[in-house]
Amino acid sequence: MSRDKPMVHPYIPNSVPEVQAEMLGAIGAASIDELYQDVPEHLRFRGTMNLPEPLIAESDLKRHVNRILAQNTTCGENLSFLGGGCWQHYVPAVCDEIQGRSEFLTGYAGEPFEDHGRFQALFEYESMMAELLDMEVVNVPTYDWLQAASTSIRMAARITERGEALVADTISPERLSAIKNYCRGIVKITAVGRCPDTGRLDLDDLRAKLNENVACVYFENPSYLGCIDDQGQLISNLAHDIGALSVVGADPISLGVLTPPSQYGADIVCGDIQPLGMHMQFGGGQAGYIATRDEERFVMEYPSRLFGIESTSEPGEYGFGDVTYDRTSFAHRETAKEFIGTATALWGITAGVYLALAGPQGMKEVGQTILQNSLYARKKISELEGARLRFPGAHFFKEFVVDYGPAGKSVQDIHTRLVNEGIFGGVDLSATFPELGSAALVCVTELHKKDDIDRFVEALGDALQA
Amino acid sequence: MGMDLNTKLRKFHQAKWDEPIIFELSRPGERGVLMPTADPGIEEAVGDGISSLPSNMVRKDPPALPELGQMQVLKHFLRLSQENLGADLNVDIGQGTCTMKYSPKINEQFATAPKFTEVHPLQPEESVQGILQIIHELDLFLREISGLDRFSFQPGGGSHAILGMASMVRAYHETNGEGDQRDEIITTIFSHPSDYSAASVLGYKVINLYPDADGMPDLDALKAAVSERTAALFITNPEDTGIYNARIVEFTQAVHEAGGLCGYDQANANGILGITRAKEAGFDLCFFNLHKTFSSPHGCGGPGSGALGATESLRPFLPVPLVESDGSGYFLDYDLPSTIGKIRSFYGVMPAVVKAWSWIRALGAEGLEEAARVAVLNNNYLFRKVMEIRGASAPYAEGRHRIEQVRYSWEKLFEETGVGTWDITCRLADFGMHMWSSHHPFVVPEPMTLEPTESYSKAELDEYIAVLEQVSKEAYENPELVKTAPHRSVTRRPGHDTLDDPDKWAVTWRSYLKKCAEGKRDRI
Amino acid sequence: MKTIGLIVNPIAGMGGKVGLKGTDGEDTLARARTLGASPESPRRAAEALRALGPVTERLSFLTAPGEMGEKVLRRLGEDPVVLEMEVGDRTFAHHTGEAAARMRARGVDLLLFAGGDGTARDVVAQVEDQVVCLGIPTGVKMHSAVFAVNPPRGGELAAEYLFGDAEHTRTAEVMDVDEQALGEGHLSATLFGYMTVPFRRGHVQGLKAGTPEDERAVQRAIAGGIVRRMEDGVTYVVGPGTTTAEIMGLLGLDFSLLGVDLVRNRTLLGRDLSEQDLLDHLGEGPSSIIVTPVGGQGFLFGRGNQPISARVVRRVGRERLIIVATPDKLSSLRGEPLRVDSGDAETDQWLTGYYRVASGFSDCSIYRVAAT
Repeated sequence: MSRDKPMVHPYIPNSVPEVQAEMLGAIGAASIDELYQDVPEHLRFRGTMNLPEPLIAESDLKRHVNRILAQNTTCGENLSFLGGGCWQHYVPAVCDEIQGRSEFLTGYAGEPFEDHGRFQALFEYESMMAELLDMEVVNVPTYDWLQAASTSIRMAARITERGEALVADTISPERLSAIKNYCRGIVKITAVGRCPDTGRLDLDDLRAKLNENVACVYFENPSYLGCIDDQGQLISNLAHDIGALSVVGADPISLGVLTPPSQYGADIVCGDIQPLGMHMQFGGGQAGYIATRDEERFVMEYPSRLFGIESTSEPGEYGFGDVTYDRTSFAHRETAKEFIGTATALWGITAGVYLALAGPQGMKEVGQTILQNSLYARKKISELEGARLRFPGAHFFKEFVVDYGPAGKSVQDIHTRLVNEGIFGGVDLSATFPELGSAALVCVTELHKKDDIDRFVEALGDALQA
Repeated sequence: MGMDLNTKLRKFHQAKWDEPIIFELSRPGERGVLMPTADPGIEEAVGDGISSLPSNMVRKDPPALPELGQMQVLKHFLRLSQENLGADLNVDIGQGTCTMKYSPKINEQFATAPKFTEVHPLQPEESVQGILQIIHELDLFLREISGLDRFSFQPGGGSHAILGMASMVRAYHETNGEGDQRDEIITTIFSHPSDYSAASVLGYKVINLYPDADGMPDLDALKAAVSERTAALFITNPEDTGIYNARIVEFTQAVHEAGGLCGYDQANANGILGITRAKEAGFDLCFFNLHKTFSSPHGCGGPGSGALGATESLRPFLPVPLVESDGSGYFLDYDLPSTIGKIRSFYGVMPAVVKAWSWIRALGAEGLEEAARVAVLNNNYLFRKVMEIRGASAPYAEGRHRIEQVRYSWEKLFEETGVGTWDITCRLADFGMHMWSSHHPFVVPEPMTLEPTESYSKAELDEYIAVLEQVSKEAYENPELVKTAPHRSVTRRPGHDTLDDPDKWAVTWRSYLKKCAEGKRDRI
Repeated sequence: MKTIGLIVNPIAGMGGKVGLKGTDGEDTLARARTLGASPESPRRAAEALRALGPVTERLSFLTAPGEMGEKVLRRLGEDPVVLEMEVGDRTFAHHTGEAAARMRARGVDLLLFAGGDGTARDVVAQVEDQVVCLGIPTGVKMHSAVFAVNPPRGGELAAEYLFGDAEHTRTAEVMDVDEQALGEGHLSATLFGYMTVPFRRGHVQGLKAGTPEDERAVQRAIAGGIVRRMEDGVTYVVGPGTTTAEIMGLLGLDFSLLGVDLVRNRTLLGRDLSEQDLLDHLGEGPSSIIVTPVGGQGFLFGRGNQPISARVVRRVGRERLIIVATPDKLSSLRGEPLRVDSGDAETDQWLTGYYRVASGFSDCSIYRVAAT
């Protein structure tokens, strides 16, 4: 049956004709069209937007969307060993509960008194991240690790007034792409090689490339290829010796067990907080952190918002606000400051909830479980015929590289066979790191059980032999 | 008794929990969540894991995170949430330029469904056909809305999309061998400040156009600005004043004639959906903030999304990958010869994409246009009412209607009473209303920008107006009441006494405790 | 406890109501009295003082005797410390100067003065930019950007500066116009110095993009860009103003604060030069003029930088004009053009049009220049 009155959409209350007439009367206009008097006829769109018929009943919309989403197969339905910048970790229920609260979900830019809650929650996020990182200043999160790394390098360039960054070539290809786009013409990006056995930074190459124009050395620990570099202090010292900064990217979920970069000389630490309570969301849950010591020369170069604690006109009351709002670079200003905008505050609040739930014990537990699970998986896979570990001498945390070359098979081929068994193999590196051969980056987390890993190893063995 | 329906003023009081900082609630030993431990078989095979690490990479002291039971963590953050005035609760029309509208709850259900949340971005394409379809369809929808030819959803917000536009502009001119020569981007003072800052971050020299005495960007100034050095024009229309620039085609023509590109900042396009488009106005690039016009919630400042659109000739420069369809299915296309590469990880902020897509699916073409028309109706109704309030004015374009928002001025009220924008902002909180205080640059004195989107009913607009009337009245009769506000919000006025001093500022709790202990600042 | 220094120029503003352009000079004042003018200034100063509000309890006052401040404070129930100085029935400019100098010496947290441009000029001559001052507008002429919007707002701004959230200040030019010349129909404004004044910032907590910068930082950035782009062998005529002062400061030159200087190859060729001096130097190769609008009205030429005359501008050339101004300065013009009043109508006309105004290190604004 068709509706016998003009449709009043639930999202648009003032579609009611009588209300519109009343409002137009108050305005003194004959029609809504008249309100568009400044849009000239040649710019008026008189066609019809070719959009599908609306699903006006909420139930119809739900049915339609659920049918479309049903075409996805999830990492809950399949067994997944995908990582590489987006990881499947456990999301505690309280994280989802707080993230879904209307007040946080639909809040935006209220003042410190009326939006006290988001200021405090984000201040606490900064504070808990600072404990995890053993640093003193942490930003309100930016878009993701790509942006956090790009900004960290630009900060280093401003602080040192230099124009080159040495970047470990074990970095993720998409991070490198974003950094290059962001820094081009302002900071020269030079790759530093790796040791083929351990995946650690090649110190000889680093020494050869360090020069007086180097603003920073950037490396990730563990790296995109999963390897832990225990030469952090050496690298930092080499950088510091020529007046450059040490910038380190780190996975926060590793820091319950791994030494935080600040303890081996890092001046700026950055990374992604997706592991701390954000669902994967097809890559939508990323958010970047940047941390430094509380020194004016660092703080003044943050382009991010920094929420600080302060008093109010009521004695004893906590208030919050933007620390050093007029952050200004007094260095030579050939390169302008960066911009900020709506980024990922809600993910920051959620990560704060995660850290509060986990506490020191939980962060250690989760890190240790990941370590053990991945050690087990790597060991089992290394025993398979047709599979070869890349960086066999590496220490690693949750990801490691396997080369299927000895089996004479492409990663694609192996992964297709695994999918048929309900398994998502690792991230295919054969196009991005061709020098590693037919290689995949395998990720194991705290969510994997022994049975899961055994099943994966068995299926992988079959695929390699097939 | 409920609120007085005659005065439309609420006896409001916001929740005030006086909630300690979470570290102050910590009790050593309490646990908020237990993490899984490795299965016994694993531990047998590989040991405790930690001893496998190089000793200098083993963390010595555990992080000094708070320790609380689960309900205590929940309670703490629920209390903080209650101390936050979200758009779902207030008549959030005082956050002008930000297009605060209803974010339908059904869309939250979609975005939190495991069928979406538990999908990894690098799964095989066959296993993600559902989400790829949504991305592809949203691209198609935005093409209809803008008239442009292809969208990328990679940028994580409006400013990020401007960075994307500037990156594409650079790649385009480099391809034509004019990369070094074209080093200037032109924008206007009433365009969003990020049009300036995100362009200059790539090294562009930015040329600002000031409004003429009528508040319009000065076309003659633009003509004086363009040259063989012009890379692009980045401009908003209508600008933050809510005035539509009817001569926009002359702007884009002048830039094209000089060999530059035109980027349309449509972060907020809420008043013109189905009314006027980027294509007809002559733009090569545009972007929409999905968290503004297309209803994805703002999340206290993100995650957002800046959908970046281009004409066919600029498609090769878009970030990779794009989502394509070959009739039998959807796939990711990385084959863009001149791509600027990556702006953000993977494909963008997917929850915002799902919500925006669903919002358009629920409204259709007519619904979108109705949303725009009602937003404009609401705005002009409010405009008429605010102009009747003592001490308020709206500079520029006297006697003309506005599109979706108006930049007002309380200059007269300030001169006559000493009550300015900041005081009004503080006092509005006492009625459960918000009005934000940032309107950089301060071209309009004592500014107030109201943007009543289509979501708000006439009764809600009337309530907001009643509160403004009341505050104006108080300013004339009892200015101290306004100048000492807020009285019924979560906290009183912020002190701003420690935020700019390196010895005193504290971005983290540990920094705060340290500075207190060192005697550099007082404990609050 | 904080201290406000208060100086009231009791005769300021007397000319206004009877149609005179000011009260500088004995003759003008006498005429004003004859025309029936009575002192307005003390009443308006009281309005400002009342607007200080409750913070008055946390204030002490240092003031000049009698009509110059003491009386108005006593009428409001205050018990000020009064400077020991001789003031007769009639106050003169030197009394204002003396009081200001002694306040500077004794130290005050804020110097409030009630008067007009002439008063500001007498104050700045003694305190320079070393004492934070605020003008309570009671005069006829107020070209200097050192005055509050009106007296009550002045009192509130003072309270906010002394006890409020943020202690922002900025440097503003003190201008004055030759009244006698004005009476004869042409305007001749002179720059007398730079005063440090409290600055009421817009509150910007609800940030969503781009960190705003304080004006001084922007001025430094502009200066940095100009210095970077200076060419060897070019003679630069540098006019007065707070932004151009940053340029000279960055070059490390001993420049004249209020006059016009010449720079070539980053060295000072001459300071505080006359029109003729400039013309004498400008024969020698390429030259350029660096100017900033001074005062509140956006004048590029003809206000405070008269040595850069029509002849000088024509000698240098229109296309060699380098205009510098902060975005805030341009915004304050509210869409009105920059103006030129070179003393020669034809030259003014020749100068009109659109210019690039340097408004950042490498950024600029396009702005219109019009004849008066």
